Amino acid sequence: MSDLPHRRRAHVSSGDLERYAGLFAQRTKVMRSSAMRDLMAVTARPDVISLAGGLPDTSTFPAATFAAQMTRIAQESAAKALQYGPTEGFRETVDCIVEVMGAEGMLPDPEDVIVTTGGQQAIDLLCKALLDPGDAVICEAPTYPGAIPVFCSYEAETIQIECDADGMRIEELEAALERLDSEGRRPKMIYSVPSFQNPAGVTMSLERRQRLVELARSRELLVVEDNPYGLLRFGGDPLPPLYQLDGGDFVVYIGTFSKILSPGIRLGWAVTPPPVMEKVVLGKQASDLCTSTLTQYFVREYFAEGRWREYIESLVGIYRDRRDAMLEALRTHFPPQASWTEPEGGLFIWATLPPYIDTSDLLAKALREDVAFVPGQAAYVDGRGRNSMRLNFSAGNETEIREGIRRIGKVIAEQVELYGALTGERPATASRVEANEPQAEVENVLPFRKTGEGGA
Amino acid sequence: MKVAVLKGGRSLERGVSLRSGARVEDALERLGHGVLALEADGELVRKLEAERPDIAFVAMHGTGGEDGTAQELLEILGIPFTGPGVAACARCIDKVLAKHELRTAGIPTPDWFAFNETAFRELGAADALGGLEERLGFPLVVKPSRGGSALGVKFAENWFDVPEALVSAFSYDDRVLLERFVDGRELAVSVLGSEPLPVVEAIPQSGDSYDFEARYEIGRTSFVCPAELSEAEAASVTGAALSAYEALGCSGFSRVDLILGAAGPQVLEVNAIPGLTDTSLLPQAAEAAGMSFEQLVEKILDLALTPASA
Repeated sequence: MSDLPHRRRAHVSSGDLERYAGLFAQRTKVMRSSAMRDLMAVTARPDVISLAGGLPDTSTFPAATFAAQMTRIAQESAAKALQYGPTEGFRETVDCIVEVMGAEGMLPDPEDVIVTTGGQQAIDLLCKALLDPGDAVICEAPTYPGAIPVFCSYEAETIQIECDADGMRIEELEAALERLDSEGRRPKMIYSVPSFQNPAGVTMSLERRQRLVELARSRELLVVEDNPYGLLRFGGDPLPPLYQLDGGDFVVYIGTFSKILSPGIRLGWAVTPPPVMEKVVLGKQASDLCTSTLTQYFVREYFAEGRWREYIESLVGIYRDRRDAMLEALRTHFPPQASWTEPEGGLFIWATLPPYIDTSDLLAKALREDVAFVPGQAAYVDGRGRNSMRLNFSAGNETEIREGIRRIGKVIAEQVELYGALTGERPATASRVEANEPQAEVENVLPFRKTGEGGA
Repeated sequence: MKVAVLKGGRSLERGVSLRSGARVEDALERLGHGVLALEADGELVRKLEAERPDIAFVAMHGTGGEDGTAQELLEILGIPFTGPGVAACARCIDKVLAKHELRTAGIPTPDWFAFNETAFRELGAADALGGLEERLGFPLVVKPSRGGSALGVKFAENWFDVPEALVSAFSYDDRVLLERFVDGRELAVSVLGSEPLPVVEAIPQSGDSYDFEARYEIGRTSFVCPAELSEAEAASVTGAALSAYEALGCSGFSRVDLILGAAGPQVLEVNAIPGLTDTSLLPQAAEAAGMSFEQLVEKILDLALTPASA
């Protein structure tokens, strides 16, 4: 600990708090419940096996390479790397981005690309450019939990469209658009993570991708495609990104180096049509002037070595093994009443339990077994998802994953049995064979509108 | 004086405890005391023995700190500590036990039934649930017996809500209670030594009446202190709170939560070590009594060092 005097602020009194309360903007009132926040704080305890995070594995990044690159930057470009840079990002960074997008078959015009402080800032800047309070935003149900606070902070009305194993249900999207149409409204954006979605792990089928892009074209709507995981595919055939299908007229694309290189460098990007870009650039100027020049130099050096694809391949191998370990553990330890998705890539599995188990409460019980997950409610704006959970398989090793799933399975089994005892509805003593085939149930995993749910 | 501040721990209220602890440390420093900030972990006893503080300020909430565990250790080590003693903590943390004590002492508390998990799992207690409607009526509130803030507290409108609410409550504790819902004003009386502080009223914003989580959020609940009560109301509420505080054997400080309904005040629970954060109710009540947070902390230390006067 430092010997310097503590820098603690003078604590405010409750009277001060009341005065502050009068200063807060309306948009701050949508913050998450503090009870949930405190619960999540406990998941950070060091003795907890956390399947709650979304951390990529950075432990295998070669330290020697990192050191050499940073040394080269210090020796050759210190003054520039320590200076401000252009708001849009360096052209050299954009070239790296074009290369990454090319690996998934996309050919963006470099002029359409802006480098952002992580993909998260790209979401924020697009919302800043497009949303007035009360505007409608459409996204998946469940959706990326980190997008919800962004939509809320711009006071959007968030409409969530159910997903199934093939991603967002386009017919439900059409129905929602019709509904809005009848009110004389149009959504400002349709936000989607089509590949290995966070949190559900599902991937939008080619047919739905095509329908979504056609829909955007015919109705002149903006689709925001957030694709952090596209290159992390462990199996199955690659699918074209929405951006590629559309050509970039009605699809705005968000990418990031977080999952293919490092989240610590905070580098992401957006690709937008020129008129949108103009507003996004203005917004970024207001937010932070420019993205870190130092980390842009790092990415440039890293890509110049030409081994970035090898590194992704090594990550894919690691994550595939971890996903397999998690799926196997789920089949062994989760009760037959549970179902889950089988992602072909990405970082997450989404598991759904019987409707009478609230996963926020289950988390408290799981924490007593020193294991954590993200309660499904975090992926909804309206309290749905209460009986689902997001499980991350990228952060822990296989031993931790197996043990973590075993512990979660144990607490679920106890609650299933308890509910049976409470209702006289004895839990099905179905054999493990049934549980071995969750895929058959996947079709029903994501729609949560089970009878009797949602109303109360 | 060298003051150890005990905070953190493994309870679900760890986050609140860390905030309480930080605020207390800050006040102690400004009061000129030597501060020893201690996370309640495996090193706690070793550190206490090595440092031998003059007194321990227990800023822990929930199991491990508010249930008498830390206090028991401090007794063994011979280190004086703030707040209620072991027995009072053990009584307060367990809502079921506390309600029995209150009822025995003739202090009004809403009717309830309590169940252990084993009763359902092994003894077929579900068959006894049938009597609930007649004995308690609906709506009712399902709570874990030991647990802080709103965690696991569910509102059951009717019979069909009960099993699910029980499954939730049993996630926090192996004992739960089903309590008659009493409609009324939600009040909290903090007691310092043997003196009641001004009453705080929690007023939920419209639409959140049954949302227990809203009680802990600025903006969704507003807190008024002193609560607008008639003299007679204030006297009966304060009287009930003091009786509860005494019946459970509290000393130093604690907070009594009550409902003021048509039939007068009813005690819901007593928090042996209530929160001391920026938004907590005890500091608000102290402020309404003209006491700064520093003065509150100093008073709590005094009470711990001169227990006879408490």
